[in-house]
Amino acid sequence: MSRAEDTAVRTSARNGWLLSLPALVVLAFAASGPLLIVVWYSFLTANDTGNVIHEFSLDGWKGILFTYDIFEERYALADAHLTIFWRSVWLSLTTTALTFAIGFPTAWFIATRPQQQRALWLFLITIPFWTNLLIRTFAINEMIRNEGILNTLLIWAGAIETPLQINYTETAVLIGMTYVYLPLMVLPLFATIERFDMRLLEASYDLYASRWRTLRRVILPIVKPGIIAGSILVFVPSLGAYVTPRILGGGKNMMIGNFIELQFLQGKNWPLGAALSVALLFIVMAALLVYVRVANRDRGAGHG
Amino acid sequence: MAERGFQVSRLPGFATIAIAAFVLLYLPIVTLVTFSFNASNSVAVWGGFSLHWYADAWANDDVKAATMRSLVIGVSAAVLSTTLATMAALGTTRRRAFKGQTFIYVVINQPLMVPEVVTAVALLIFFGIIKVATGYQGLGYLIVAHTAFCIPFAYLPIRARLESMDLALETAAADLYATPWQTFRRVTLPLLAPGIMAGAMLAFVISLDDVVITEFVKSAGQDTLPTYMLGQLRRSFTPEVNAISTMLLGLTVVLLTLFFLLTRKND
Repeated sequence: MSRAEDTAVRTSARNGWLLSLPALVVLAFAASGPLLIVVWYSFLTANDTGNVIHEFSLDGWKGILFTYDIFEERYALADAHLTIFWRSVWLSLTTTALTFAIGFPTAWFIATRPQQQRALWLFLITIPFWTNLLIRTFAINEMIRNEGILNTLLIWAGAIETPLQINYTETAVLIGMTYVYLPLMVLPLFATIERFDMRLLEASYDLYASRWRTLRRVILPIVKPGIIAGSILVFVPSLGAYVTPRILGGGKNMMIGNFIELQFLQGKNWPLGAALSVALLFIVMAALLVYVRVANRDRGAGHG
Repeated sequence: MAERGFQVSRLPGFATIAIAAFVLLYLPIVTLVTFSFNASNSVAVWGGFSLHWYADAWANDDVKAATMRSLVIGVSAAVLSTTLATMAALGTTRRRAFKGQTFIYVVINQPLMVPEVVTAVALLIFFGIIKVATGYQGLGYLIVAHTAFCIPFAYLPIRARLESMDLALETAAADLYATPWQTFRRVTLPLLAPGIMAGAMLAFVISLDDVVITEFVKSAGQDTLPTYMLGQLRRSFTPEVNAISTMLLGLTVVLLTLFFLLTRKND
């Protein structure tokens, strides 16, 4: 028995590596490796016709915050860039807050359904999660555009005379991102609420706590890991969003992702685009590190 | 008093918000699908039932070419990424923790962590260099790029299946003098098959949905269905886009349902 187990099960670490190697090679070639090239390009000199000149320069990194004024021959703070960063952060934070405000009651609702029903409700949340983000953004676009169904209905009902201009505003981006990222908030919240011991609520009510007090002092502290997980899962893709702001924000309401695209596909300042990409990557990695630390602490506490 | 109906887990207003959330989640999609059958060319005013936007989409050579390209890339990426992910899952589960295992996890899951637009930029630069150096402009770049970001999606269900599998059958096979290869071919692989199928389906769906990386990596004239649709936005908006979306949506839902059936816990 033990010899058989030895041969069948406990294969060596070498085999583990060998089996994983092909996947690692492809990922190194078409995912991880090229990231290093982006770092390299962020330190090169821009070329007017696109691409780069292979000379060291910090202009890409300086360009994130400053623009060079040719007439006054000095660097000035790039207001247009700051506006884009501020919009990205603000919209991502608001999206996170909105998805939480809607997602928490939704997750609670699913977790408190009878056992047999739960899978169905969860499936209903998961389907939009896996369906095409582009199509979901199109769907929102069709709802809110000037000749879309919302405005058509409002005009038909006599509530307004001219269509509300929602499309191509920050509000549109906010609605769109909240819509497409909501499942990312609901799923981790559901996972923590499902493990929540409902007897704690009985105890809390028995001790004359109000519903509000119970929510604030008992429920929220216990489901905090789920809140943090959901918030990061929403915040991270929001910050790097490209499709939703492009479709719903138009050219005027760019976010960092669109700004990066502009440098590569139109603006032709590759080092700036590369520097912006690396900066975005660092912010996202920092957020994920916080997430991993919190998740590990939670797991440690749960088992210990 | 009302205490009789008091249910501890009920929080006032939560059910209302939840139901509203479900309605709002599905309303835009249902509307989009509905207006794909609209006889008029509006996406907001109903003009009777018609299938002519589907006929239009079907007759559109650009749509046909983009669909074919999406399918070729999707199937290639799904097959390749699932093969690689299966090997990696076999290498990283059911054996004693070994040095570098965490590193392997991190690399495999890396596409889930890095913002897509950053990977897209990286591939634009890197593949641009290779395109100039080799002169090759084909679909290979898109297939490799899609394979890479599909690996973590294929890996997860396969690994989950492996971890829940009973080792006794494989041990029995080995006891009955099956070679390791025979054991793998006749016992492990058939047991693992639902996980592999689930992984392949997820990978295919993910590849089919990709916009950002494809948009940056594609050479001229290599539109996939999603990038074609994104390009259509600049022109006038007709229910033809709804028709294409509905077909893509239908395919996704069918594959996802299969995925859930395959990964469902049987006992």
